[in-house]
Amino acid sequence: MLSTESFKKIDQELEKYPVDQKQSAVMAALRIAQQEKDWLSDETIEAVANYLGMPPIAVFEVASFYNMYDLQAPGRYKLTVCTNLPCALSGGAVAGKYLKQKLGIEYNQTTADGQFTLKEGECMGACGDAPVMLVNNHRMCCKMTEAQIDQLLVELGK
Amino acid sequence: MLEIEIDGKKVKVPDGGTVMDAANKAGTYIPHFCYHKKLSIAASCRMCLVEVEKVPKPLPACATPVTNGMKVFTHSEKSVKAQKGVMEFLLINHPLDCPICDQGGECQLQDLAVGYGGSASRYAEEKRVVVNKNLGPLISTDMTRCIHCTRCVRFGQEIAGIMELGVANRGERSEIMTFVDRTVDSELSGNAIDLCPVGALTSKPFRFSARTWEMSRRRSISPHDSLGSNLVVQIKHDRVKRVLPLENESLNECWLSDKDRFSYEALNSEDRLTRPMVKQGGQWIETDWQTALEYAAKALKGVIGEHGAAAIGALVSPHTTLEEQYLSQVLIRGLGSDNVDFRLRQSDFSADETRVGIPSLGMPVAEINELDRVLVIGSFLRKDHPLLAQRLRQAAKRGCQINLIGHSADDQLMKLQANLAVAPSLLVGELAALAVAIAEQKNLAVDASIAALASEVSAEIKAVATSLISGESRAVFIGNAVVQHPAFASVWFIAQTIADLTEARLGFFGEAAGSVGGYAAKAIPQTGLNAAAMLQSSLKAYLLVGVEPALDFADSVAAKAALEKAETVVALTAFRSAVDAVADVMLPIAPFAETSGTFVNCEGSAQSFHAVVKPQGETRPAWKVLRVLGNILELDGFAFESSEAVRDEALSGGLASALSNRIGSVTLAKGRTNNGVERIADVPIYFADPLVRRASSLQKTRDARAPGMRVNASMIQRLGLEAGGRARVSANGVMAELNVELDAGVPDNCVRIAAGHPQTQALGPMFGNLAVERI
Repeated sequence: MLSTESFKKIDQELEKYPVDQKQSAVMAALRIAQQEKDWLSDETIEAVANYLGMPPIAVFEVASFYNMYDLQAPGRYKLTVCTNLPCALSGGAVAGKYLKQKLGIEYNQTTADGQFTLKEGECMGACGDAPVMLVNNHRMCCKMTEAQIDQLLVELGK
Repeated sequence: MLEIEIDGKKVKVPDGGTVMDAANKAGTYIPHFCYHKKLSIAASCRMCLVEVEKVPKPLPACATPVTNGMKVFTHSEKSVKAQKGVMEFLLINHPLDCPICDQGGECQLQDLAVGYGGSASRYAEEKRVVVNKNLGPLISTDMTRCIHCTRCVRFGQEIAGIMELGVANRGERSEIMTFVDRTVDSELSGNAIDLCPVGALTSKPFRFSARTWEMSRRRSISPHDSLGSNLVVQIKHDRVKRVLPLENESLNECWLSDKDRFSYEALNSEDRLTRPMVKQGGQWIETDWQTALEYAAKALKGVIGEHGAAAIGALVSPHTTLEEQYLSQVLIRGLGSDNVDFRLRQSDFSADETRVGIPSLGMPVAEINELDRVLVIGSFLRKDHPLLAQRLRQAAKRGCQINLIGHSADDQLMKLQANLAVAPSLLVGELAALAVAIAEQKNLAVDASIAALASEVSAEIKAVATSLISGESRAVFIGNAVVQHPAFASVWFIAQTIADLTEARLGFFGEAAGSVGGYAAKAIPQTGLNAAAMLQSSLKAYLLVGVEPALDFADSVAAKAALEKAETVVALTAFRSAVDAVADVMLPIAPFAETSGTFVNCEGSAQSFHAVVKPQGETRPAWKVLRVLGNILELDGFAFESSEAVRDEALSGGLASALSNRIGSVTLAKGRTNNGVERIADVPIYFADPLVRRASSLQKTRDARAPGMRVNASMIQRLGLEAGGRARVSANGVMAELNVELDAGVPDNCVRIAAGHPQTQALGPMFGNLAVERI
């Protein structure tokens, strides 16, 4: 179950919608749940579903559709590299490959020490700054050349 | 109305119609997968792309609204090219396993691939593989074949009322699944099999047992609930292989409940009685028909000679056909007795004195969808009447306010205005209060005898009253639990008063396929004993027609005792275990698939059907057995050549004119004040009749799990129980041990223990007080 604090936050989101349209808050509720729990387990998804009065599978549809929701526990830092076409053409694919090599893992894997998880992301709306990456969904990193990546990894590794 | 031209043909469609609607009206076929007339529009398969004049790109016909003067070309070069393109994409990830696929031969994808697919694939890369899911005992999956039309998902959301399947993940990783490998438990789940346009969802009981083109198709009528769903029974080598819906827009539409669909498995059960048997010295001995019938006739005659004709009686299952019910009563009356009844789970028969006619739905089934305000009294709606509940669900979506007053506030998977649970002893008082509240709000007078019974008008009852006096088209429906209620006549009378006050139509849902037919066939006593009285007065001989005494009666203990005490019990039965404990002679009769007959459904439509397969072994249709028995007993009125002749005679008085839900004055019985623990008994959906009890796949579903004792939280505390623990329940000195289940929908002072199940059979009456203690 989620903490009362999280439920309070979900309540704030619910206020934005009509009383009989609670499902409108499902994305916000999942985001809040993920912030608390780091990832969305089946139990967490069901808790959100029950709270919003939705069938659990309907919440699971949403949670599995959007790739910023984690259905498995990520490492301490989740690095999401945009590999959509504009980024891929402007160095995104290379950045991804470099990260794989540096961390010794493939996409959707976590390093043995539990520090880093590598993910492929969808367009982050900053194609001009390609290649772009996200750290833990909230920190955006632009123009990630190999040197920049090295620097980021050192910084996060501390 | 909008005018549209489809391939040069002009059609008019109402505003808001789609190109697909217009094409259907014009008789033009547009290929499609995800479109279904009963479901919302997804436009996810793209198969129905058509060319529209002045539109540069082809548009999906199912999701394109018609505009005036629109010109559509469904077979133009551009349309066909688009459709072929879509087909090529659909086939990219679809396995080429038609030879081992159950859908082969009745597959929309296969059929359309012949028309729109290439003769060879250009796709040489690896195909996608999707792990199969376990959806329970009824639906088998081959998810690699899925084309993501989402019909099954929309069916759950819109028709079954519960979204059990969903599309997880995204894009090329999309998969149809349930949440964390749960099973699909809806009582309508089998329809997803029909809806699946490919072989992704197929029938588990039917799996790999026949090909569609090897089977012959015959029409039949469902013998289970009172709707009388129309069936297509598919047969191979004189065995029923599968049951599918026969579309009948006025009854079952294109749906079937799982009970109607999968109960055929019982037809081939090991338990079928296939030879006549007589009991000699406590041993069952197989014999021939002549010997068995003469034995039965001699036994009945012997009892009459010794104790008089009033010492015999017939108990007829409400799931038997009109013909069987009719001949049973002709036989009993021919022998000089008037003891015949089919209302086995009824306990109050005083309504017989003043009821005007045969109780029925009081309106065509199809009109349920049009109602604005509904009151349903005493029904476990979804489990008692899966498809009537489905119609109410559609009505609720239209804005119909549905008010339920029953013994348990179960989730009916539809929007309800009220869902009140009252203890059986309080039902009369609460309904009287509702009548008073309605009269008050409408400034009308209410019968003083009703007002005297009324309990205090609560806010909830007031709200129900307010709901019922508004709207255009209203109905009050009486469910099975009321018919079984010890104060049935009083509840009927008050329900009639409520219907009169609100100018609503009054109707009965009806318990079984033969619930209206039994009245029409006069299989009820005129002067003799009713079902309950027959058991109480311990007759010397009983004729049982299709009855399973341990599970079919209002009081299973009384039934067992009476039958054990009787000198002779002649049982016409399809299943050996149903009667072998109490009978003296067992005559094997044919279940619905093996006999011709008629079921009169809840709205009063007599639907006749033919046998679809030969009777198994030496089984004979029950109407023939009764005819021969009548002849052996040298009774008049048994010169029938066919079941149609029996039907015509049974219905010779006219059926429609005999239907009436009116009841004259009733001495109202207030439920006695009850300080003990009251029993609430539902009849579980898969234990309602002898056939479904032996349908092996249905018996593996969640709905068929052993019943526990359901109680609310405050009762758990009061009785000192523990949810999940065990409790000892006793009634009339008999005990049963049951699991305690928490159920907030059960009212105070009550425990809900299902009837019709071997585990609770010892507890006897469906209503009354119980003692409960913790183990």
